[in-house]
Amino acid sequence: MKLETLTQVNAERAARRPVIVVTDVANGDQRLVKARDIATDPLSAELSKQLRMGKSGMVESGGKKLFLNVYAPTARLVIVGAVHISQALAPLARSLDYDVTVVDPRTAFASPERFPDVPLIAEWPDVALPPLNIDHYTAFVALTHDPKIDDPALLHAFERDCFYIGALGSRKTHAKRAERLKAQGASDADIARIHAPIGLSIGAVSPSEIAVAIMAEITAELRLPKETAKVQAA
Amino acid sequence: MLNRDEDILQAAENWQKAGHGVALATVVETWGSAPRPAGSSLVINDDGTFLGSVSGGCVEGAVVTEALDVIASGKPKMLEFGVADETAWNVGLSCGGTIRVFVEKVGQS
Repeated sequence: MKLETLTQVNAERAARRPVIVVTDVANGDQRLVKARDIATDPLSAELSKQLRMGKSGMVESGGKKLFLNVYAPTARLVIVGAVHISQALAPLARSLDYDVTVVDPRTAFASPERFPDVPLIAEWPDVALPPLNIDHYTAFVALTHDPKIDDPALLHAFERDCFYIGALGSRKTHAKRAERLKAQGASDADIARIHAPIGLSIGAVSPSEIAVAIMAEITAELRLPKETAKVQAA
Repeated sequence: MLNRDEDILQAAENWQKAGHGVALATVVETWGSAPRPAGSSLVINDDGTFLGSVSGGCVEGAVVTEALDVIASGKPKMLEFGVADETAWNVGLSCGGTIRVFVEKVGQS
């Protein structure tokens, strides 16, 4: 790999833009395709398929065996609510290679003692969330149980293309939340994006178990084809 | 965990810029129950220092040895490890899978 190619791959990844390196494995010839150039690329069908699956693999084209190495951005988890569940969820998500950020305006909750080594933002969602640039490779969870914090956070998430949105609360709590959010302009489609009650149904009781249920659901949303993810989560 | 692909590739860039010979080994094809998917990579410098993995740790030693050759020659190589391969069995890819690993020098023109 040319140093120039490697430098560009690293720069695109730092900017959280997907990039694919195409290698002719017979001779090592290589080229880099940025996400925005895929549509006009001769291999556009193959490239977009691999990117959608987030998978690298071999393809044959024009008698050549080409390896398409897909570099999708690192998945992120934004946790609103520096609560007990979050104390278990943050390290669990990090062990699964997510970049984790915790947001909670209540400084008694969002303290480094409670969240060692986790980036904490002790601000209200309207201040904390916009600079995070929540994107397609972000999972978003609202766990405070406090509508003053969770509701504006969820409204922000609806405006973004995050791959997962979850909110803590029973079916009853969620029904009330849906009414409040709709009164503030959310659509039915927005409400349908929320996974609530949050997490796969595994009978989780303790904060750590709920964290496992949440990460399992996020993993399913990330990895399974869409229909299957819904069946599994139901 | 840790040593994620971007950290690995950043290390490759840093080593190269610091004047090291560097090789990148990438899993390009897998059959059966291979331990790591296509796209998994390992970077090696001319000190023999390496980061990342192409298997569960079974064949890394062999890959590092080959990578040092690639750093010296500048020519890319395709390596294959599997249960049918006596050598691979010896180094322990006992999960029943086969993997093909492409090894290339970083900085080749």
